[in-house]
Amino acid sequence: MTKKIKNLNLNFGPQHPAAHGVLRLILELDGEVVEKADPHIGLLHRGTEKLIENKTYMQAVPYFDRLDYVAPMNQEHAFALAVEKILKIDVPIRAQYIRVIFCEIGRILSHILNVTTQALDVGALTPSLWGFEERETLMTFYERASGSRLHANYFRAGGVHQDLPKGLEEDIANFCETFPKIINDLESLLTDNRIFKQRNVDIGVVTKEDALDYSFSGVMIRGSGVPWDLRKSQPYDCYESLDFKIPVGKNGDCYDRYLCRIEEMKESVSIIKQCLAKMEKGPIKSLDGKISPPPKAEIKQSMEALIHHFKLFTEGYRVPKDEIYTAVEAPKGEFGVYLISDGSSKPYKCKIRAPGFSHLQSMDYLIKGHMLADVPAVLGSLDIVFGEVDR
Amino acid sequence: MKNLEDLEKKINSELTTKINNTEIKHNQIYIETDKEDIIDVVIFLKTNQDTKFRQLIDITVVDYPEQNQRFEVVYLFLSHEFNQRLIVKYSIGENEVIPSLTSIFPSANWMEREVFDMYGVSFKDHPDLRRILTDYGFEGHPLRKDFPLTGHSEVRYSEDQKKVISEPVKLEQNYRNFDYESPWEGTKYIKEEIESNDKKN
Repeated sequence: MTKKIKNLNLNFGPQHPAAHGVLRLILELDGEVVEKADPHIGLLHRGTEKLIENKTYMQAVPYFDRLDYVAPMNQEHAFALAVEKILKIDVPIRAQYIRVIFCEIGRILSHILNVTTQALDVGALTPSLWGFEERETLMTFYERASGSRLHANYFRAGGVHQDLPKGLEEDIANFCETFPKIINDLESLLTDNRIFKQRNVDIGVVTKEDALDYSFSGVMIRGSGVPWDLRKSQPYDCYESLDFKIPVGKNGDCYDRYLCRIEEMKESVSIIKQCLAKMEKGPIKSLDGKISPPPKAEIKQSMEALIHHFKLFTEGYRVPKDEIYTAVEAPKGEFGVYLISDGSSKPYKCKIRAPGFSHLQSMDYLIKGHMLADVPAVLGSLDIVFGEVDR
Repeated sequence: MKNLEDLEKKINSELTTKINNTEIKHNQIYIETDKEDIIDVVIFLKTNQDTKFRQLIDITVVDYPEQNQRFEVVYLFLSHEFNQRLIVKYSIGENEVIPSLTSIFPSANWMEREVFDMYGVSFKDHPDLRRILTDYGFEGHPLRKDFPLTGHSEVRYSEDQKKVISEPVKLEQNYRNFDYESPWEGTKYIKEEIESNDKKN
């Protein structure tokens, strides 16, 4: 008598702690081996691109915070750069340093979250408890500069919203002194940990060729040995004047990507230190009154300032007809904005290129032939945040 | 090719008949082509030793409802080797089916699904053309300019039926789209009135 064996279809998510958000994965299992994975996304789709088309350029910034919500300012950066290039305005040097500092803080925020939750997914609880304490410190820096811990709305075309408050620079410098010790502590828990290695080494291997074909970027492509980082290859703001290294992996597996992230955090600390050392007092946003709002005190004195203020917050500034694609190296990879302006004060189209979208797409290819228990490990090392995947 | 001008010449000389227009701005090359030639152009750009655009960054569509050829399809490419970005575009009408790039770039799969979902543009030879971002059973294509910002339907939990139901959007107040044009120039409706009065006189 022959028994018919049928593959099992398993529904992973949409509410699953290891899915890192609202991901519904439909897995086809042969025993414990995954034959096929079909990710269903869009459960967090908010129509960001449509909303941006209906807002002025200044009102569009907060939507970028809500994409990859663990590193909000990196996204704002891409949008600010795109608008600046079309408007052809210069950013004061102090603003460039402030933006780079907060982008690197964002990178640390995102990498801590990813490294520790990946550890959590494969069974290590302590790293997340240690890491989240540091994230809290970093988010207070966000709060002191912008007024909110997460949805900062801090970058503007032409600079940043306001100058850093008194004492913040010193506190960030102090953090840079203490934080490397925390990274070492995390590493002592994970890097040589037998269980962590068993769960990550040789899991989810990406070859160089496939990394290119699947449009990978960021740690996903560097982990496979491609030395590509937009901060080096297509530098924006003041990255050109800073000295930092690009960690590159060898095998392209989950473990190498973990190592890359750890090294990148160390580099970020060094970048922040350099910025703090080089930073001088000066203006923090473009002095063009048609683009940056005037200081509050001036509104009470100057008629021109009052008119500028009123026009900026009703109509907004107009952006000449043009189209541009600008990308930044966000913690998760290449985050790009394809912006089409039509001469009015609202973008005609704003396509957002999220790195996580292409990474998650490769889930089927990465997980084929792996065990069910490897699904969270691979998913964790892809570094998916649904805010940006679903937009 | 190291610099953009050389690359532009190279593309123009190799693909003369398939390229309608090239332009360099913002340190990127913009190429206009036709629907019929897109596959050849993309294969050339990907495989040629002097171009090597090995990565497809994104695919998107821009909607111009007032134009005869309503949609403009846009492909963004990146070459790691030469550190260059390139944008390929072509226009199509509303119900045209366009070729899929999935056989050349596997990453095109979801990008094309997104375009299909958001704009309703169909792809020929796509292995799995389903909606991707919108809800199961969604109707319409949200990023088209004629799709209202508030959408057509909203969902809520119905206490009577004990399930989530979908019903037409009811707005207490219409979405307000203020006309902020400079009052010194006169708002649009006044301008139009003046213009029509001028014509009558």
